Amino acid sequence: MDYFIELFFGGLTRGSIYALIALGYTMVYGIIGLINFAHGEIYMIGAFTAFIVATVLSIYGFPALAIIIIAGLAAAVWSSSYGYTVEKVAYRPLRKAPRLAPLISAIGMSIFLQNYVLLAQTSDFLPFPALIPEFAFMEPVAHIVGSSDLVILVTTAVVMIGLTFLIKFTKIGKAMRATAQDKTMAVLVGINVDRVISATFIIGSALAAIGGLLIASHIGQINFYIGFIAGIKAFTAAVLGGIGSIPGAVLGSLVLGLTESFATGYVSSDYEDVFAFSLLVLILIFKPSGLLGKAETKKV
Amino acid sequence: MKSALKKKLFVTAVALSFAMAVPAAGIAGDTIKLGVAGAQSGDLASYGLPTVKAAELVVAEYNAKGGINGKKVELLIEDDVCKPEVATNTATKLVTDGVDVVLGHICSGATKAALPIYKEAGVVVMSPSATNPGLTQSGDYPNFFRTIASDDAQAKTEVDFAINVIGAKKIAVIHDKGDYGKGLAEFAKTFIEKSGKAEVVLFEGVTPGAVDYTAIVQKIKRKGADAVIFGGYHPEASKIISMMKKKRMTTTFISDDGVKDDTFIKVAGKNAEGVYASGPQDNSTNPVSVAAIAAHKKAYNSDPGAFYENAYSAALALLNAIEKAGSTDMAAVVKALQTEKVETPVGNINFDAKGDAVGVGFAMYKVENGKYVEVK
Repeated sequence: MDYFIELFFGGLTRGSIYALIALGYTMVYGIIGLINFAHGEIYMIGAFTAFIVATVLSIYGFPALAIIIIAGLAAAVWSSSYGYTVEKVAYRPLRKAPRLAPLISAIGMSIFLQNYVLLAQTSDFLPFPALIPEFAFMEPVAHIVGSSDLVILVTTAVVMIGLTFLIKFTKIGKAMRATAQDKTMAVLVGINVDRVISATFIIGSALAAIGGLLIASHIGQINFYIGFIAGIKAFTAAVLGGIGSIPGAVLGSLVLGLTESFATGYVSSDYEDVFAFSLLVLILIFKPSGLLGKAETKKV
Repeated sequence: MKSALKKKLFVTAVALSFAMAVPAAGIAGDTIKLGVAGAQSGDLASYGLPTVKAAELVVAEYNAKGGINGKKVELLIEDDVCKPEVATNTATKLVTDGVDVVLGHICSGATKAALPIYKEAGVVVMSPSATNPGLTQSGDYPNFFRTIASDDAQAKTEVDFAINVIGAKKIAVIHDKGDYGKGLAEFAKTFIEKSGKAEVVLFEGVTPGAVDYTAIVQKIKRKGADAVIFGGYHPEASKIISMMKKKRMTTTFISDDGVKDDTFIKVAGKNAEGVYASGPQDNSTNPVSVAAIAAHKKAYNSDPGAFYENAYSAALALLNAIEKAGSTDMAAVVKALQTEKVETPVGNINFDAKGDAVGVGFAMYKVENGKYVEVK
């Protein structure tokens, strides 16, 4: 039973890691129906920014809490500006183009940003400082759930609730829903669609940056390639949960994380991905729009 | 295909007729003929050329001292471009020219193709670089020796260390599913099973680049492993060891040359402390090695290339064996190689019955205070 609980929490952490990235995919898809492949790279840039800021601040001897907050803010602002720019440069000019064009443009941005960081920073793995402290009260259960696992779990929950609230009950949220339903109609009723889409990219990128900070701190290393692999898994999770749905992205991520964890624990880690993707195929056969996705008939 | 075969037959026929034409006196001439075979042109020339230079330097040194037992040493240099089909011709040519011993070949495939020809002719061959385990372990080639550790030597070093030094009874073997990591892990598994002193409690591959290795770490703990042998590179190794430390595990972590890299220590930080990794032996304090490298710098005004030290050692070992044996007869040379120790850049070596150099290969290192230190 202990082993089951250990694997369960391991899977939960892994799922929450996916969820922090998957939320950005699902938000963008929900609004403009685009799979933003550069999202994983935005996450990676967030992690790099946090790394640089945290390193500089620790040289000046800032306290740990201040480092997390300042590095998190800096990463969020920096990544948001990248997300905003990517949308403006690579997606906005193609908004009226066939769906394949922005998709290819997104893949291009992903490769561009990866290589940009490779050239501007380094191809090496860098040691990411453990920004999340080891809480003393977690010590008795540290072999099951560590401090950084706890922080990631809580952050994911808070972010999901916050986003749901934002979309359901705020003005910008209402504008987002309107844009998602019908862009032309939204313009006619006086919504600045461009601004709504920019806001979506900014929020999604800020979340990815915070995810980058927490995940890099949990894993302890970063390099220019981390966004690609994490992005693919997060994208899978978003599809699993029903792309376009916020709770769906979190649910899909948790299902994916738990499946991988139990597959490794009870079968073999050789088959981790086999189980994960078999599950994806099964769910899509019986529920093509994903676990919580709305069935759509007109798109694609 | 057909014409290639024809060509080969023709070359062999020509070679044979030459072999018959050359009188036996040529072989027992007044020089000792050291053949050097390997890639000297083509893509892999950079692997073979340092061996030629090593042979030239060693032979020059011997001849300056007056040769071996009064006979000068003569070099016969042949190119096999690391291709098995060319290597057979190279070998035939060398044998025809009356070579006494051969330093080479460079690539395992070419070496394997050439060996039967040398065996037939009773010529001792020593490679500085052919690492295929079967070349020595199959026992097919009593005339073959090498001054480099075979591909599975690293796994053997790790397993011996885990069982005999750490005293591990239950070992988890983990790899990264890559050619290097998985190959090594499979050798390690075989060695553990053969030893009979420990059992493999877990043999699994992890996906490189995955965001988190909690599940596999929990599994290692559940299987009650005393030691983990990991085959792969440092990014995964540092993630796994960090996760193990997070889960408060004290299991010994043993890994390979892919982890014996300062980046591993930099990335894993304090979690790296106490990790063991195998790596090539450090010869930098060996005076023979220092002298060999200095000789290269003096003669060619550049740093030596790949396998230079192994080739230098092989040339020394071959000539020393001929000197000690007092003849170039295969049985006598083989016996001398096995019994007479010789000081070389890779250590004070002789050879075991299968042809591998004793004491050449990998050493274990441990991370202590942020540095890899050799475990004596």
